[in-house]
Amino acid sequence: MGRKILLGKINIPGIKTYEVYRQNGGYASVEKAFKMTPDEVTEEVKTSGLRGRGGAGFPVGMKWSFIDKKSGNPRHLVCNADESEPGTFKDRYLMEYIPHLLIEGMITSSYALGANLSYIYIRGEYMWVYKTLERAIKEAYAAGWLGKNIQGSGYDLDLHVHCGAGAYICGEETALIESLEGKRGNPRLKPPFPAVKGLWQNPTVVNNVESIASVPWIVLNTGTEYAKIGIERSTGTKLISASGHIKKPGVYEIELGVSVEEFINSDEYCGGMIDDRPLKALVPGGSSVPILPAHLIYKTAAGNDRLMTYESLSDGGFATGSMLGSGGFIVYNDTTCIVRNTWNFSRFYHHESCGQCTPCREGTGWLEKVLHRIENGHGREEDIELLLSIQSKIEGNTICPLGDAASWPVAAAIRHFREEFEYHIRFPEKIKNRDHFVHEPFEKVRHLIKKETV
Amino acid sequence: MKVTIDGQSVEVEPGTTILQAARMIGGESVPPAMCYYSKLKGTGGKCRCCLVEVSKGSEADPRPMPKLMASCVTGCMDGMEVNSKNSDRVTEARKAVTEFLLINHPLDCPVCDQAGECNLQDLSFEHGKPETRFIEEKRTFEPENIGDKIQLHMNRCILCQRCVQVAEQLTDDRVHGVLNRGDHAQISTCVSAAIDNEFSGNMIDVCPVGALTDKTFRFKSRVWFNKPFNAHRECTTPGCCGKTTLWMFGNEIQRVTGRKDQYGEVEDFICNTCRFDKKEVSDWTIEGPKKFDKDSVINQNNYTRKTEKVVINTEENILQGREEDRKKISMAAIPLKNNDSK
Amino acid sequence: MEKNNYTQQINITDELMTRINELISHYPADKKKSALIPVLHEVQDAHENWLSIELQNKVAEILEIKPIEVYEVVTFYTMFNTKPVAKFMFEFCRTSCCATRGVEDLMDYASEKLGVKEGEITSDGLFQFVGVECLGACGYAPMLQLGDFYHEKLSKEAFNQLIDDCKAGKITLHDK
Repeated sequence: MGRKILLGKINIPGIKTYEVYRQNGGYASVEKAFKMTPDEVTEEVKTSGLRGRGGAGFPVGMKWSFIDKKSGNPRHLVCNADESEPGTFKDRYLMEYIPHLLIEGMITSSYALGANLSYIYIRGEYMWVYKTLERAIKEAYAAGWLGKNIQGSGYDLDLHVHCGAGAYICGEETALIESLEGKRGNPRLKPPFPAVKGLWQNPTVVNNVESIASVPWIVLNTGTEYAKIGIERSTGTKLISASGHIKKPGVYEIELGVSVEEFINSDEYCGGMIDDRPLKALVPGGSSVPILPAHLIYKTAAGNDRLMTYESLSDGGFATGSMLGSGGFIVYNDTTCIVRNTWNFSRFYHHESCGQCTPCREGTGWLEKVLHRIENGHGREEDIELLLSIQSKIEGNTICPLGDAASWPVAAAIRHFREEFEYHIRFPEKIKNRDHFVHEPFEKVRHLIKKETV
Repeated sequence: MKVTIDGQSVEVEPGTTILQAARMIGGESVPPAMCYYSKLKGTGGKCRCCLVEVSKGSEADPRPMPKLMASCVTGCMDGMEVNSKNSDRVTEARKAVTEFLLINHPLDCPVCDQAGECNLQDLSFEHGKPETRFIEEKRTFEPENIGDKIQLHMNRCILCQRCVQVAEQLTDDRVHGVLNRGDHAQISTCVSAAIDNEFSGNMIDVCPVGALTDKTFRFKSRVWFNKPFNAHRECTTPGCCGKTTLWMFGNEIQRVTGRKDQYGEVEDFICNTCRFDKKEVSDWTIEGPKKFDKDSVINQNNYTRKTEKVVINTEENILQGREEDRKKISMAAIPLKNNDSK
Repeated sequence: MEKNNYTQQINITDELMTRINELISHYPADKKKSALIPVLHEVQDAHENWLSIELQNKVAEILEIKPIEVYEVVTFYTMFNTKPVAKFMFEFCRTSCCATRGVEDLMDYASEKLGVKEGEITSDGLFQFVGVECLGACGYAPMLQLGDFYHEKLSKEAFNQLIDDCKAGKITLHDK
């Protein structure tokens, strides 16, 4: 059993309420932090090696140290709970079942940053979680953990929860800030970064829910202890949202460094493949990371065991690796059509593009239309090269990373499953029904493509 | 601060952007700009046409920037080295953006009033391809009436959002903006409200394409058949400079616009009275013919340039030949029968 | 923009106004606009789940911003409806994980069961179903959202039960 830093107390009855949470050692990190200076708290987080859990994996402590304290402008901490990456549902689980852990993390982290007004930005669809958090915040105010002169420390903090209304792009930190200001969720141009000019042009730090919820443990048990968990630069524990064709989908807390094979097959985690069908592909970190074909899932191209760490999952770069990303772990068996799935992701990005910059606005729609054609039996041989060309023209040329997120899955799908695309183009009559691989998995028809290419 | 663009150095003030520095150097290194407008705050960064490669960040931190940067919103650093025209990566990116801008564009230049002074035409001329790879159905929008002076043609729009900034910065009551999102984002008032602010006409001048055109000039003439003159009048509207360009056809003023510089930006904004209501020559003091610094289709008909007189005799020759043919086969001698004409 | 002739009875009750003021108080006094999205949610919930132009104008007036600033936001976010919707709107997640676990079959079933195509409202005005993008319940696929709540690990039987519960008035749409 791995250590459970975030979800350890989740099964205690009534842990949602302030009383039970407090009785079980809740808010102790705030008490401890108040005996330290804000910079000492930041140092602990730096020592811990905690990396941003939203997807990019940027060290949290370092992000905190960038915040502009010289200007004297009010500072803000904003928690990014806009979890919308397909495959990811871990933050919701945390907030729904142990909301006070996030609030405790927000207080300790805001103290470290010297922020007196902080927000939790939650996606609008999680409306019942929004209400849960709102009630928890009221409890925390009533118990004197928020407001003026918290627990006699002289530190003031106001914390509110703010909801979005259906826009994946608001998970991008500057779009999130725009949305929090009551505007359209258009990402801002950077620089200036939020650490200098963020919410209402004030210095702002935006962190993922899981990152902030890890802070109380780090403060209580020291950063050095946290860094002992995990492997190399992947320290601590990580929540993995497991979904797809596995026996036990759900949210699991793992110590970074567990092998992918163990994670998929052990009864402690995913419990193996549903109906024991063969594993076909894996998206290990949310829809935007490259998809891995079966032979690169358990082992890297170099033949090493593939581990659940930032480094091991990206081993081999984009050619043979992927990314840990946000931990949205989607497992596909042999009934899945990769072309259909890639089209599905492309439709998602097309739908979620904000429309501000040209390559993403026009390119995501184009990708979707071409993929839709191929999936529906109207593909042309040249469409595969066309897709690669379009995606390469979006990648790196946009304002925010959504362009990259839209283009990577397409490139990876063609890189590893090109034959499946060719099959769709050459045998349109065989893919008429959307469940074409359920009755006849691709492995059974792969020889048709081989013959054609000889 | 010293900045080097395509090997040419220039001294700039702190706060200057790469695009501004490139314009100081001039020539072919100047990146195209479809959304940036120096006279409007907060524009730029959206169209991605002006991407450049920063091969050296600064003297202090010489690392190159990994991604191409939008030159219109990236500030210069001392010792920065930039490649614009000289970089194949940049050329590729500009070609890519041009292709993206054109896939859903209606390509209706033959009936578009902007043709001849359209930034998208210039961009396509430079970076476009003769064929399209886009075989899907183009995106279209429902027409919307935004008043009797300005024609909105959303299908042509590239969403530079300059017109939104005009409304935000020149008028006190913005009634239009960007609605919807993604590739269905559109310029709209949402309720088909008439945009009738005294400075609203400037939306036409800042529009880089034919999405916003002058209704009083609609289908009147191709711009290259007009003869542009600079003119001014004593305008009493506060904030209006009164300096314009009149687009003449014979003695008729067909259109009034702001005076545009070589980058297509107006020197100063004008009011709707000057633009729409003053169409008599007697309203204006004419300064003289407008000169163009940049090559443009308008120059092709430019009366300020001395060109050789070209005489085309083709039509005459054809007509002569026809007369002789007629005689040869004696068609003239044979009268038409009444029945044949039926 | 699409023209519509739908009309809506606007009723900003005292209770709703109290809630709006509470939301406004979460932001600095000169940043009232920040409350826009939470306020729109509350107002929409209180007005049969859609926002007419008149209602949007009213919100602009309350928050002291221009109407266009409200229109821009309402049309950007997918959760705001600009025309009338059914009392019970089933929003099926159709992104990858739900698609691989059979949401498309379930949507076909919903269409058959309700006798309407995607987006259409049943003649009694009660039901409507639409496909939406990832709702963050990938591990509990297939699923749908109804009002403020999720209904997960769905089957045809569970969906039938849900419809019956709706008809029997057993479903709470909003958590107030």
